[in-house]
Amino acid sequence: MPVNKKIHELREKREKILLGGGEQAIEKQKAMGKRTARERIMALLDENSFNEYDLFVEHDARDFDMDKKSLPSDGVIIGSGTIYGAPVAIFAQDFTVAGGSLGLMHSRKITKIMDHALKMRIPLIGINDSGGARIQEGVNSLAGYGEIFFRNTISSGVIPQLSVILGPCAGGAVYSPALTDFVFVVDKISKMFITGPEVIKTVLGEEISMEDLGGARVHSEITGNAHFFALSEEECFEQIKKLITFIPWNNGQKARMFEPAEPKPEYNINKIVPEDPTLPYDVKDVIRAIVDNSDFFEIMELYAKNIVIGFGRMGGHTTGFVANQPLEMAGVLDVDSSDKAARFIRYCDAFNIPIITLVDLPGYLPGVDQEHAGVIRHGAKVLYAYSEATVPKLTVILRKAYGGGYIAMSSRHLRADFVFAWPSAEIAVMGPEGAANIIFRKEIMSSADPDAMRKQKVEEYKTKFANPYVAASRGYVDAVIEPSETRKFLMHAIEVSENKDVPMPHKKHGLPPF
Amino acid sequence: MSKNDKLGFLNIDTSLYQTRISNKFLNRKPYQPADPRIILSFIPGTVFDIMTGPGQNVSQGDDLMILDAMKMKNKLKCPIDGIVKSIAVKKGDKVSKGTVLMELE
Repeated sequence: MPVNKKIHELREKREKILLGGGEQAIEKQKAMGKRTARERIMALLDENSFNEYDLFVEHDARDFDMDKKSLPSDGVIIGSGTIYGAPVAIFAQDFTVAGGSLGLMHSRKITKIMDHALKMRIPLIGINDSGGARIQEGVNSLAGYGEIFFRNTISSGVIPQLSVILGPCAGGAVYSPALTDFVFVVDKISKMFITGPEVIKTVLGEEISMEDLGGARVHSEITGNAHFFALSEEECFEQIKKLITFIPWNNGQKARMFEPAEPKPEYNINKIVPEDPTLPYDVKDVIRAIVDNSDFFEIMELYAKNIVIGFGRMGGHTTGFVANQPLEMAGVLDVDSSDKAARFIRYCDAFNIPIITLVDLPGYLPGVDQEHAGVIRHGAKVLYAYSEATVPKLTVILRKAYGGGYIAMSSRHLRADFVFAWPSAEIAVMGPEGAANIIFRKEIMSSADPDAMRKQKVEEYKTKFANPYVAASRGYVDAVIEPSETRKFLMHAIEVSENKDVPMPHKKHGLPPF
Repeated sequence: MSKNDKLGFLNIDTSLYQTRISNKFLNRKPYQPADPRIILSFIPGTVFDIMTGPGQNVSQGDDLMILDAMKMKNKLKCPIDGIVKSIAVKKGDKVSKGTVLMELE
């Protein structure tokens, strides 16, 4: 039976390779609290959906005795499968094989699956767990990184690209995740940096742990490099799966529709926002009061918390939310929150996801540090992103919308399709206190009781201008609505925007301020 | 919003907003104008050579020091005419960015 013999041979060959770097290396991986590359793929994808390619690829390096070394699958697993039925291409670096180091064939496997994902217009998921370049392979290894970065860039905005950091990802390797749409990190497992603690110590004499330099928390809270933070690999995979349900397979499609569901009654939209515009509340409660099933999937939860971004569904349609958060730094726009919002707006626009903007902000954060950090340049990103976005743009002004902040937050002037305002909205050039101080300066200064006069003038300004009706009288606001009408108006706006089509002047590409 | 939230106040355009204040905001460094008499390392590195000493007259454009950093020998030029008051480092010292290297008067 020659056929059976050959099948048997195949099985034997497979089995040997499937062990990756061998039992000892696997034990080491487990001791670090990490799963193996293959276990990760199995945990992430639908059961029995993974088809592996390039299992038999081997490196052909000759220098430094590399020809005597066999590296199973060259330290990376590639293939495709499904997540809740959605097709995805995937690669996972195998740390048990030569530390997941990237050599020429390793990189060719990755670029093969990247090309496949782009050609088939399906999402790409990359699991990074690698010591970095395979030094023995010299410039070939650098070439490999370059080929990956190029493909990340070309695929950007065409297919969703997700990077999962489940181990070290250091040096040049960090730039592949940085070029992708969403970066997932896990506490104590993910490490990302350009130069590691060793180099920093040698050059500068500064001592820092890997965790403090580039751990999951650092990238979630301080640098803004990561979008999703999890406490375990398991939680991380759940986040990835959930994200996949919200986004389309490519930029030519819309996200899958879900059964519409009403928000939960415990989020009472009439009782969330205090009347006094200086008092805080959690804007996520407003989002939960209007989205299907009160299910809001937040992105970059720990970074620049003064702006909230994420996905929810409105009548079954995936919708992107951008909301000022009065609970954090009064919801101001600043360098970090502008950067965070602008990138998300562009993501939604690239992937046909309508954007709902909830506005309640006092303006931009004052300070030398902000000015010197380039708040002009970074703040401009928000204007740019909203203006160029052609997906349906719906705006609800909940309370304050002052000055430049009003313009930036998806105003009519940046071509919001629908602008709604609650009766509590204050759309004005600046806050009543500041405005009264300037406009009525003379009256206040020359008054016998300046404080009383100031109070009186502030009240006067509030009554006249701190409302939605001046803007509504100009048509800058389409409708002043009761909070309880918000969901109805937004759902209808999304329905009628289904076939929105706006012509744009021809250009190679714009020049956003980055 | 839980009751344990620590709230502070943020002043925007003379209105005081009750809100959480971020650590980044709390830890920001107060602005100080740059002093040309204080020579700082503009890059992390190692002091390779020092071409002057305390009490010496120096002119704008003179080489004060060589900082070995990023595989380059970087010359530190004197920004003003003056006298070296003190030198805070010695040859071979590793310095991080922004370290005071010398003071002029």
